[in-house]
Amino acid sequence: MVAERVDLPRHAVKSRRRMRRSGGEMVFDGFNLLLLGFAGLLALYPFVYTLSLSFSTASEARRDTLHLYPTQVSTMAYQIVLSSPEIVTGLTNTLVRTVLGTLLTVFLTCIAAYPLAHKELPHRSLILFIILFTMIFSGGIVPGYLLVRSLGMINTVWALILPTALSAFNIIIVKNFFQQLPESLHEAARVEGASEWAILFRIYMPLSRPVLATITLWTAVGHWNQWFDALLYITDDRKQVLQCFLQRIVIENSTQLIDMGKMSQDIASYTPETVKAATVVIIILPMLLLYPFLQRYIVSGVLLGGVKE
Amino acid sequence: MMSSASIQRYVRHRELLFLILPCVAYFLLFHYVPMGGLVVAFKDLIMTQGILHSPWVGLLNFERLFASEDFPRALWNTLVISLLRLAFGFFAPIVLALMLNEVRITWFKRGVQTLTYLPYFFSWVVLGGIFLMLLGGDGPINSLVRSAGHSPISFLGDPTWFIVVLVVTGIWQGTGYAAVIYLAALAGIDGHLYEAASLDGAGRWNQMRHITLPGLVPTIVVLLILSLGGILNAGFDQIYNMYNPIVYTSSDIIDTYVLRRMIDMDYSLATAAGLFKSVVSLVLVIGANWLARRATKGEHSIW
Repeated sequence: MVAERVDLPRHAVKSRRRMRRSGGEMVFDGFNLLLLGFAGLLALYPFVYTLSLSFSTASEARRDTLHLYPTQVSTMAYQIVLSSPEIVTGLTNTLVRTVLGTLLTVFLTCIAAYPLAHKELPHRSLILFIILFTMIFSGGIVPGYLLVRSLGMINTVWALILPTALSAFNIIIVKNFFQQLPESLHEAARVEGASEWAILFRIYMPLSRPVLATITLWTAVGHWNQWFDALLYITDDRKQVLQCFLQRIVIENSTQLIDMGKMSQDIASYTPETVKAATVVIIILPMLLLYPFLQRYIVSGVLLGGVKE
Repeated sequence: MMSSASIQRYVRHRELLFLILPCVAYFLLFHYVPMGGLVVAFKDLIMTQGILHSPWVGLLNFERLFASEDFPRALWNTLVISLLRLAFGFFAPIVLALMLNEVRITWFKRGVQTLTYLPYFFSWVVLGGIFLMLLGGDGPINSLVRSAGHSPISFLGDPTWFIVVLVVTGIWQGTGYAAVIYLAALAGIDGHLYEAASLDGAGRWNQMRHITLPGLVPTIVVLLILSLGGILNAGFDQIYNMYNPIVYTSSDIIDTYVLRRMIDMDYSLATAAGLFKSVVSLVLVIGANWLARRATKGEHSIW
């Protein structure tokens, strides 16, 4: 079959394809684009709604619409949120954990991946087993909590960055990348008298920028979004992270924040809902702004690991 | 005693050993010590006496667990929610990826992809907050319901509706991201196959059935194994940030149950529930992998 048709001139094949496309496939393509466009809008709508609500006045917020955009604009919700000391504290704590946690993770992952990338490391397969086994079995949250407590890390930033500092997933990704680098690089540097430490930092890490950038971004996004560890380990409000304040405001329907804002005189320009929406916008804004920049690392992150979690 | 050969080996590779030391220490401390801490499940933990000196109680905590009203319900709810997610959500990213794969207009394809995986980048604190507003009695979804002539639906207060909300918002959040995985697999399919097929007169539908879908099978198998292994994870983050006591009957899952027992400081019971979950998950992931290896004659499995 194939042999018979290979000899067909190129343009003949092309024109046949075009003819087919003009038939039922045109309808299919049209439907496909329509459905996909709808899926895209559906993915976006909750964010549009939140943004619109956050800029609404009280009467606008209570209107029976889809809230695609506000017809009566108010920035009072933002004034309330931004003048709340809790939000400022939360933002600071979140930034601290994100920066410290990410640096720690990238550093520890590199110094763990480097020796594992070398077959001459003593007990290499045992160490790999110790690491990989944690992917399929864990002690669960209670023993983890009891450990963190007995280490005296409650209400410290260490509780938020140490227990998750390394992951089998990250180590394997970086190890595999290091293994792809030519072994001759390593040998040549050893002959020159370079220490393993220097080879890692001066040769391996600079050559691994794409994979390290991907891990850095995924880790930073993870820290920015993480709330469960803070819920367990942070009981002092001065140490609390932004996500947990948001949780209190949004989910537990707390109006504390509004009282804190001390602006309750201007009742027409906000509602508890618009304040919630404004808080949500503030927390997702940094990510939305970074999103176009993060994008190229998203696909590479997926390609690297197949699946996270 | 160590042989002198192995001592020499340690000395020669002391730099590598030094570099791996923090990693080994980390895993022992933060992963294996808690695994040891699982003995709490077989003890009556008395905080003043510590884990080591608390008395052993055998399987008493497990008996309490299964004799209680809440745990069997949580186990059942976990399975129901997970299976509904699998039934309605597993194929969604495959369909999305196949649809995106047929789009020839690059900017449109990239745009839809970007929008659909956007929700994956926000925590369920944020997403839960948004959905509580969207689905509330005065929210826009209920205003649509009202304008269609119905009375408002209690999406968040009705145990059955709440399950629907969980499954649908879960699909909304995860489909775009999972589709990226399938699209990556699609990009790996040899383009010559399509050329040969079209020379052979195969239309796009037949190309999709005989080339694209078989090309996705390895990815589908791996993700299915992982889903089965994770069947006792019914989506803690999402449920914790959206549920309330009214919908516990349908939506209290193992993880939320463990957390509440822990907050009540019933650490032994919480640990027993957690251990039960870890062991069953381990058995499931090993079993699913074994099954996949047998079904595909060793071609597709995760290890």
